[in-house]
Amino acid sequence: MTGSPLIEIRAGSLSRGGRSILDHVDMAVRRREIVTLVGPNGAGKSTLIKVALGLERLDTGEVHRAINLKVGYQPQNLALDQTLPLSVKRFLTLTQAQPAARLQDILGEVGVPHLMDASVHTLSGGEWQRVMLARAILRQPDLLVLDEPTQNVDTAGAVEIYQVIARLRDAIGCGVLMVSHDLNVVMAATDQVYCLNGHICCSGHPTDVSRDREFQKLFGPTAAATLAIYPHKHDHVHAPDGTVTHGSVAEGCGHDHHHPHAH
Amino acid sequence: MLNDFVVRAVIAGLGITLIAGPLGCFVVWRRMAYFGDTLSHAGLMGVALGIMLGVDPTVGIVITGLVISLLLLGLQQQRRLPTDTLLGILSHAALSIGLIAVSFMDKVRFDLMGYLFGDLLAVTTTDLIWIYAGGACLLTALAFIWRPLIALTVHPDMAVVEGQGRLPVRLTFMILMALAVAIAMKVVGILLVTALLIIPPAAARRFATSPEGMAGATVVIGGLAVVGGLAASFTWDTPSGPSIVAAAALLFALSLVAGLIEDARHA
Repeated sequence: MTGSPLIEIRAGSLSRGGRSILDHVDMAVRRREIVTLVGPNGAGKSTLIKVALGLERLDTGEVHRAINLKVGYQPQNLALDQTLPLSVKRFLTLTQAQPAARLQDILGEVGVPHLMDASVHTLSGGEWQRVMLARAILRQPDLLVLDEPTQNVDTAGAVEIYQVIARLRDAIGCGVLMVSHDLNVVMAATDQVYCLNGHICCSGHPTDVSRDREFQKLFGPTAAATLAIYPHKHDHVHAPDGTVTHGSVAEGCGHDHHHPHAH
Repeated sequence: MLNDFVVRAVIAGLGITLIAGPLGCFVVWRRMAYFGDTLSHAGLMGVALGIMLGVDPTVGIVITGLVISLLLLGLQQQRRLPTDTLLGILSHAALSIGLIAVSFMDKVRFDLMGYLFGDLLAVTTTDLIWIYAGGACLLTALAFIWRPLIALTVHPDMAVVEGQGRLPVRLTFMILMALAVAIAMKVVGILLVTALLIIPPAAARRFATSPEGMAGATVVIGGLAVVGGLAASFTWDTPSGPSIVAAAALLFALSLVAGLIEDARHA
């Protein structure tokens, strides 16, 4: 794709308390690329994210980070203690002061411009996820790392948040690494999927991954089928002659011509 | 005309409030009430250490507080036992060792009750110097780590990714806690130090919309508790430390009532 990876993990292995959590994992994120990690609970998704961020060390393997890589990180399960009074504005500027106009712009970009002075304790699940996303992009990161950015958000809200993420990627030109459970919706805006279960079961473009036998074994044929539905819609939008493509996924390949496909 | 010792008690109490307010907020935000207890229980061991070494007991208290903090940091590196269990071990081991050490000191004039419950009315000018000089250093250091400490309180990993040093800030905070507990023990004694750290912030929470606002409100409420408690102590000849804590608890109850009235008005 575009140049060398922002971050690359080679043959990364890590175990805790005698239990293997990551096993020879290879992964890379490039600029302008959206990479999604999927996998069952306990598959090591959050651990892999922490390795990428430098919060956890690998036992064996290598992590390569681009020089002066600026990272925006949205952690999973950030539940704020009620005892700490905090406005959205203050939450955004916890580690770095920012001009008010810029904060206002960013909140506008994620679709919650009215929340600047609200208390973080009064936000809904969706509003809170958007505010955390705003915080992650505030530093103009090269790499955006999002651990379940749509937790506690309904499906419609989740679709919107993934659209916002894709738009931000286009605007800032950053790479995106995220963990998601929303198999069916997340794929809309994903360039590369890694299916993780301790080791990488399969990886590639969403369409290919959904057909992969390992993936079907892990998530069941139903999940794989819902996953495969999305590229159809995508085909429809991007079909060169404007017609609706109802062909099977194996044949319909009009969704994205920039990616090499392994058939 | 007020007696000298009353004036000294009020000045000392207000000084402690200035220190305990902002630090106490962090104790509440970071759920460290038990850590405060552990430090104060270890204080008795510190007093014994100070007397044995022939230095001011406050020095002994600070030293044991630091040792206990470092032990805790070290023990937290292993992940098998949770922090509250570790604190329970450290706290009661230190208290027991302190009581044993004190039992060997029957030759020395030792006011155990004074250390357990404190005696603000017996504060000396040296104590005042400890409180204000120590407090000034402490608050200056706290101002330096204020921002990163709040970021680390919100989410440690997020703060680290954004370039905040986790260990230096936590270590500094623990040192400040050890100092603050050593100083505050003068006022309310070993058994009630934690109360002074957590009741005023708990009462202040309702009235604050920012961390700094909460620290300010905590100092005001703590000051009221000190003045009210001392007035009660002077009027009814009640013990000063418990009177201050009781006054703080009363203010907390009033804050709850104020909150209920406010909620009813908005409903």
